[in-house]
Amino acid sequence: MAKKPVKKAEKGIVLTEAQQRARRSRSVAIAVALGAFVLLFYIVTLVKGPGMLNRPL
Amino acid sequence: MARTQSMTAPLASSLEPSVASPSDYLALLKPRVMSLVVFTALVGLVIAPGHVHPVIGFTALLCIAVGAGASGALNMWYDADVDALMSRTAKRPIPAGVIAPSEALAFGAVLAAFSVMTMMLLVNWLAAGLLAFTIVFYAAIYTMWLKRATPLNIVIGGAAGAFPPMIGWAAVTHSIGLEPIFLFLIIFFWTPPHFWALSLGRASDYARAGIPMLPVVSGAKETKKQIVIYSIVLLPVSMLPWIGGFTSALYGAVALFGGAAMIAFAIKLNGAKKKSDAELAAKHLFAYSVLYLTVLFAVILIDHSLGWAFGRIAW
Repeated sequence: MAKKPVKKAEKGIVLTEAQQRARRSRSVAIAVALGAFVLLFYIVTLVKGPGMLNRPL
Repeated sequence: MARTQSMTAPLASSLEPSVASPSDYLALLKPRVMSLVVFTALVGLVIAPGHVHPVIGFTALLCIAVGAGASGALNMWYDADVDALMSRTAKRPIPAGVIAPSEALAFGAVLAAFSVMTMMLLVNWLAAGLLAFTIVFYAAIYTMWLKRATPLNIVIGGAAGAFPPMIGWAAVTHSIGLEPIFLFLIIFFWTPPHFWALSLGRASDYARAGIPMLPVVSGAKETKKQIVIYSIVLLPVSMLPWIGGFTSALYGAVALFGGAAMIAFAIKLNGAKKKSDAELAAKHLFAYSVLYLTVLFAVILIDHSLGWAFGRIAW
């Protein structure tokens, strides 16, 4: 049986160390912001109780 | 006016891996402007009659802060071309090539949408509507239209910075009262002399960027005259909360003497003959104007927390 030709993996974009560091710090910041956003909704839900979606004009 | 095409530094491409850090994105939010916005909103929120849970109050202030930051990011996105031509703004993240314009636009748009949506879901519809209007007013009406169209840009555009106390008030009361309108008017009439004092020393920058600021269009002499006129108008306007019986005599005295000092700084600037004297006087006026507004609003807070004002012991 003939062997299938193995495709050489493409290298793609290789990040420099500075780019990797910056990406990591941005990822951490996004995670913290999302966590804070979820926590905010959680706390407000506790504070408002069932009237959470009752928003008078 | 057509957008300037020439750039002094190449913009970052959204296709290139970014080296922008969270602090660069924070810079897009104009944190110094944001701090004054949050403070004035806090005053509007605290003096409002009625009760608001501290968590809801904090949420309202957070939404106002993020909304103000979003406006700043959208402003920097649209103004990247002129920012690159001015020494004061050339180091901002977009003209410096750190953040791509499309990234700043997405960042600003997402923050604007989330701040308004959160205000709507967790606080109330009126506060959310006012916040949305403020963001649109600053980002679209001021930044995209007025700034490049008329020397009155900062007069009309200043309304955007005057809304936060009204939003803070609306977050508590679900309405708009006379008191936040007075606070709105104080910031509205304070903005032109404050900003013109800054722009006087940067007229050549604005001219190079093609921005029709008053010192560029009408010259330094006319700008100084207008600063004096607005400072004079600001004095009685700043007294309105006291005249209306919403604050104590302490506020009335601070507004009177603080406003008189503002006029004195403006007159000193108007009378400065030598260029170096005028530059120094403009710097003094700018620094004083920030202190003046901060103290004015701080006294309203003190008045309220001591129970001296807002319907209790007035005059």
